[in-house]
Amino acid sequence: MAEVLSTKAVVKEANTAASTQTLSTQTLIINGKSFTLDADPKMPILWALRDILGLTGTKYGCGAGLCGACTVHLDGQPVRACLTSLGQAQGKQLTTIEGLDNQKLKDAWAEYNVPQCGYCQAGQLMSAAALVAQHPKPSEAQINSAMSGNICRCGTYPRIKAALQNYAKQED
Amino acid sequence: MSTFTAVENISRRDVLKLFGAVGGGLALGASGLTWSPMALAQDKEARLNLFIAIGEDDKVYLTCHRSEMGQGIRTGILQVLAEELEADWDKIVPIQGLADKRYASQNTDGSRSIRENYDRMRQMGAMARAMLEQAAAARWKVPVSEVHTAHHKVLHVKSGRSAKFGELALAASEQVVPAVESLTFKDVKDFKQIGASRQIVDMDAMLTGRAIYGYDIKLDGMFYASIMRPPVLGSDVATLDDTAARNVAGVLDVYRLPAAKGAPAFQALGGVAVIATNTWSALEGRKALKVTWTASDNSQHDSSLYLQELVERVQQSGNVVRQYGDEIKNWPEANTLKAVYTVPYLIHSSIEPPVATAHVTDKGCEIWASTQTPQSTQQNVAAALGMEEEAIKVNVTLLGGGFGRKSKPDFSVEAALLSKQFKRPVKVSWSREDEIQNGYYHAISAQSYQALFDANNKPSALLARTGFPSISSTFAEGVEYPSGGELDLGFVDVPFALPNLRYEAVKAQAHSRIGWMRSVCNIQHGFSVGSFVDEMAHRSQVSCPQMWRNLLGEARRETFTDQQFKYGNYGEELNRHPVDVSRYLGVIDAVEKAQAKAPKAGKNQGWGFAVHRSFVSYVAVAMLVEVSEDKQLKVLNAIAAIDAGTIVNPDRVKAQTEGAIVFGLSLALMGEITYKEGKVQQSNFHDYPLLRMPQAPDIEIIIIESDAPPAGVGEPGVPPVAPSLTNAIFAATGQRIRDLPVNKLLRV
Ligand code: FES
Ligand code: FES
Repeated sequence: MAEVLSTKAVVKEANTAASTQTLSTQTLIINGKSFTLDADPKMPILWALRDILGLTGTKYGCGAGLCGACTVHLDGQPVRACLTSLGQAQGKQLTTIEGLDNQKLKDAWAEYNVPQCGYCQAGQLMSAAALVAQHPKPSEAQINSAMSGNICRCGTYPRIKAALQNYAKQED
Repeated sequence: MSTFTAVENISRRDVLKLFGAVGGGLALGASGLTWSPMALAQDKEARLNLFIAIGEDDKVYLTCHRSEMGQGIRTGILQVLAEELEADWDKIVPIQGLADKRYASQNTDGSRSIRENYDRMRQMGAMARAMLEQAAAARWKVPVSEVHTAHHKVLHVKSGRSAKFGELALAASEQVVPAVESLTFKDVKDFKQIGASRQIVDMDAMLTGRAIYGYDIKLDGMFYASIMRPPVLGSDVATLDDTAARNVAGVLDVYRLPAAKGAPAFQALGGVAVIATNTWSALEGRKALKVTWTASDNSQHDSSLYLQELVERVQQSGNVVRQYGDEIKNWPEANTLKAVYTVPYLIHSSIEPPVATAHVTDKGCEIWASTQTPQSTQQNVAAALGMEEEAIKVNVTLLGGGFGRKSKPDFSVEAALLSKQFKRPVKVSWSREDEIQNGYYHAISAQSYQALFDANNKPSALLARTGFPSISSTFAEGVEYPSGGELDLGFVDVPFALPNLRYEAVKAQAHSRIGWMRSVCNIQHGFSVGSFVDEMAHRSQVSCPQMWRNLLGEARRETFTDQQFKYGNYGEELNRHPVDVSRYLGVIDAVEKAQAKAPKAGKNQGWGFAVHRSFVSYVAVAMLVEVSEDKQLKVLNAIAAIDAGTIVNPDRVKAQTEGAIVFGLSLALMGEITYKEGKVQQSNFHDYPLLRMPQAPDIEIIIIESDAPPAGVGEPGVPPVAPSLTNAIFAATGQRIRDLPVNKLLRV
């Protein structure tokens, strides 16, 4: 199923100089569903997801690849949505927190009551999901290294670590 | 507005429907100043101001009127309400309160949501329970004394009858509201909610991306704004060339906001707003702006020169703010220990920066914001728009962290001004750079401490001075000294049992917006006193916890009578929340005991200790660090004991204290905002770093069991962190760090 969304309507209505618009048709596969949108291919997918497609689970924290709040999976690899353009994501499988299907991981998060404000947690979960997909039983060093790009200002690190270590112990 | 209800589960309109279309229900409201549920329950408007509503579907709709920013208040307030109501936890539905004076204060800062509302929420629960019981007794024609409530039902044991809450809701709402004095309360031993580690009510939404924060608000026809604000406080746009910005795809307009006048308070700072169809276009448009700025009084502000001046000033006499015993005039060098400590400017850096959406119409304005303070948002937006406060509706979303920044409503004022101009809903999203460069800063500061030692090397007198630009300067021009309220935060209120004590405050002008940040002045005061006690311990050759015991003296309640100041005590009465030396000793002992079971300090390692009372709670912290030969620091273990009186949700108290340790380590290890030519020099997490997982120690939290009234939780864990860390570094290396952050000297 394809949905067509556009930023054009508002642009025209506001009657601004649209001459430098570089809109082109972008096709994205998000959480298994195909979307077509007219947008600048340079636009970071973070803003396409949030402002155009209404998928707001992916968060902004720094816009510079420094905090990990915007982490999504591109063909299964964790990437920063604030630094990945629509052009780069064309035709690739994009997974966001809304489409994350690792229930066992979410259960581990709930069991350890990980979130405080919760704002960074989508990014934390996406980084963690990519880690356990590669290393189902990650060592502490692997956890530290895979999660070091995700900042949590509330300080949930000890619980994230405990949740991941316990996840490693659980049978599937 | 569907996006917002995702987190609410039920919208306000649905609650009204509950009473309107569906019919029955029991509604209790609360009034502002006098706290009179009677008057409001009879007032039809009380339905808009609910703490408790019961639906005929047997669900209980409980209102949290405070903001959720990670402390778990949407769960905690509900636990207290549900306790006295005897409501089943799986039948509760959380409702977020709008800005409304009848809730009394909604300002979610100062670690006081539970301490100010615990008794009140118990009353609300007990009152609703009494009304359900009255309704059941009337229905069954039995004396009300024969019925009781348990597990979401009212029961009459004699006849074996029972009725669910939902069946009684309508009749209960018609009962006379009982007087507070007539209410009965549950015995502590029967508590099922208070003291239980309930999972937070927003867990599912947070794990699936459905939780809605201020940044996630999207309204039909909404414009997105990004604002370039004056880089120096008090400056304004001199010249603006927006040609290139207007040519950026998606940019709709560029608009100059008037600069703030006089004391900044919660005014919009002014600057240039780029209006666009999406956030990215607004940000790109901003990059293309060419702006020059006027000079201001603050254009020469240089934080390193300023700090040098402060350091000199705290070594000269200042205004006396507390005096006990004699003023010591003679400080012979051999018997005197002296030290000066400094802490730089700091900024909050919640991962969600400030953000607000406003929709202004002829009739009024509706705001959706990540705000800690819906009521002052209402007041300040009303003032900026020239409207009545009642015309401003403020919706509180979840907050992606707050730490005090989001109790300043300037960002909602910006959104309101732009929405008024563009006659559309407008969302103002702060970027990380905005958050770091245009904030309300934790004040740069210096403290000096000196102690006199007697012939037995025991301390006999203390002189302490503090200097920092005051938060009051943000609200009034010409403020040059700290306020009494700021000095009460961990400076004058340490109950040392020395015969001679003298505390002074020195002059310090402000050159930026100074604001409160998690634990406020307790940050610098906790660091300096916590460090100095360790230095005294070293001189007297006792352990740091032992020096604290020596200095605090015997278990007693300090009242500070006849010492030239009136202690504010975080707004609490001293007889309800005393400065209790025995509770200091309790947390000191608990940490020492836990430390005895923890790893001993090995080669290049050391344990450090500190204790601090703030927000009427007591927290002691011990920390183990290792410093390698090449000056690489590793924080290995942290143990904290917290005495916060009665605890509602132990798991959240633990989580907040863990978080406080991480927050305290971020600021002590790496936190530093500097100014050159009036401008903040940092811009994002590369130069204002926060702690990351590999830097976080193993953390153990001990909660002291207590039946004292509930005290603060969110902030009190922060102040003892920095001194326990630097004391540990001293123990490991012999190097005393008196100037934060630590990364000036060690790799972290
Ligand atoms: S928002 Fe992408 S890494 Fe911070
Ligand atoms: S839970 Fe708040 S930033 Fe991580």
